[in-house]
Amino acid sequence: MSSVGAGYDLSSTTFSPDGRVFQVEYAQKAVDNSGTVLGLRVRDGVVLAIEKPVISKLAVPGANRRILSADRSVGMAGAGLAADCRMVVNRARGECQNYKHFYGSAMPTEVLAERIASYVHLFTLYWSVRPCGASTLVAGCDQSGGERTPQLYLVEPNGVVQRFYGTALGKARQSAKSEIEKLDLSSMSAKEAVKAAAKIIYQVHDESKDKQFELEMTWIAPETDYEHRRVPADMLAEAEAEAKAAIEAMDE
Amino acid sequence: MQPSLPSHHPLLGPDTAILAAQQQSASASFFHNQRTNTAHQDANSNAVLAPASGAMPFTVAPPQAHAPFDAGALAFDAAITNAPPGAPNKHTTYPYVTGTSVLAIKYKDGIMMAADTLGAYGATKRYKSISRIVPAAPTTLVGAGGEISDFQYISKLLTELNDNDVIRDDGVVLKPREVFAYLQRVMYNRRNKFDPLWNSLVVGGVDQATGEAFLGTCSMIGVSYTDSHVATGFGNHLARPLFRNEQRDDMTEQEARALLEKALRVCYYRDKNSINKFVIGTVTKESGMKVSEPFSLSTEWGYDAFVHPTKHALGSW
Repeated sequence: MSSVGAGYDLSSTTFSPDGRVFQVEYAQKAVDNSGTVLGLRVRDGVVLAIEKPVISKLAVPGANRRILSADRSVGMAGAGLAADCRMVVNRARGECQNYKHFYGSAMPTEVLAERIASYVHLFTLYWSVRPCGASTLVAGCDQSGGERTPQLYLVEPNGVVQRFYGTALGKARQSAKSEIEKLDLSSMSAKEAVKAAAKIIYQVHDESKDKQFELEMTWIAPETDYEHRRVPADMLAEAEAEAKAAIEAMDE
Repeated sequence: MQPSLPSHHPLLGPDTAILAAQQQSASASFFHNQRTNTAHQDANSNAVLAPASGAMPFTVAPPQAHAPFDAGALAFDAAITNAPPGAPNKHTTYPYVTGTSVLAIKYKDGIMMAADTLGAYGATKRYKSISRIVPAAPTTLVGAGGEISDFQYISKLLTELNDNDVIRDDGVVLKPREVFAYLQRVMYNRRNKFDPLWNSLVVGGVDQATGEAFLGTCSMIGVSYTDSHVATGFGNHLARPLFRNEQRDDMTEQEARALLEKALRVCYYRDKNSINKFVIGTVTKESGMKVSEPFSLSTEWGYDAFVHPTKHALGSW
């Protein structure tokens, strides 16, 4: 036994002597190795972006999506194990549908994020299951009266849920976060945020590790009638072109 | 001379109230009495079917303090509320708030569907702004006659179906034919549970890819067909003969609208459970799906047959 914690990392139902649950921390590591995920909550919407490594040249472009809808106006971007992300999203879809069926209105994003967090947390409590290897960004837009409030939440494998103006997950989360901090999110429009997100993803992408990647981006904005939609192809292409141009300008 | 107070039921006429009550209680006595008698007993008792002490199983129920306004409906309600555990369901075996005909035809650009906006509580015109034509998918309208609450439930099912389709975001959208197939299954499945949804449905729309128009109808027990023109309820008898003569798949929008208005007028003149407040929904490939604001039609009640309804009808009084 070389350190205090040794031997305490095989079960999520046993604390180490210094009060840690290693299995949950390892799940977080799975998330940290993921492609970079970005969420920006701005004045009139939310933007989600993912740097998705191309796993094979034979893969169909646009397939194997990592940002999915849980409800008409709720988007979820997953970092970590894709299958675990899908499981969480499926659960969120069920929650949203159930809530709408019962209460007759869309589920508030905060309630959804908390329910997902409770669900994910369950996987840290029993020896018979392993913790969820996925963090999800939950983007929504709540409506009360005529007012729309964009929302962004992060749900982590340990069951913690946090509310953000903007955050990043995955490999390049640190540099992405410091880029996000430079943005004036509260005055930015969703349209501008799409460009900003594309720029950050391209900027933090590590050319030496992953050669090719696909930028997947969705948004909730006045342009989508506050529903969660993929950023239109032409708009995405424009944002990518601008991002590449900006990177080149910086290199010179 | 002072008019004497009527000794009979004010609405039903001489003797009818008493007769109706007696007939009802006599015919319902066997099941009804047993249920009402046993309802107060311990539900776990094995003697559930035994009559309460002293009561004979076939005796007529004692007269109630208030003469029932509608003895049939009250006995029916009592049979539902007093049913013992395990008895067959009686809810939704009797429609309460109903909509009348839905009419729909194909025309050159797609389909056109019409209905009035009444939700009738029996013969009472209770709710006058009920939307009975609703969007079900991007290019599909569903219209319904029959029990309004059941239709609201169906609308909810359709909303969920469509939401799930949108969320999936795979570029494939529900076609009218698919919505129709779904509703056929829902209706037939519920009738097989002996718990039917009390509606006649009309599904109309356009296939976004091919531009092909679709029109179908499905009854409360799942009987369904597709045609160039469909109608539910009274419309089947009143509007479809007109459609058979005049509807063509290559009609212009003006012609189609004129035909539907003619049919609506005919239905309104003869169907007392309808009101002169209609909506028309259209689905076309070019301009998508629209449901109009409510409107009313001009009417003429001076026709001789309306003024003297029995004049040419031998045998009527």
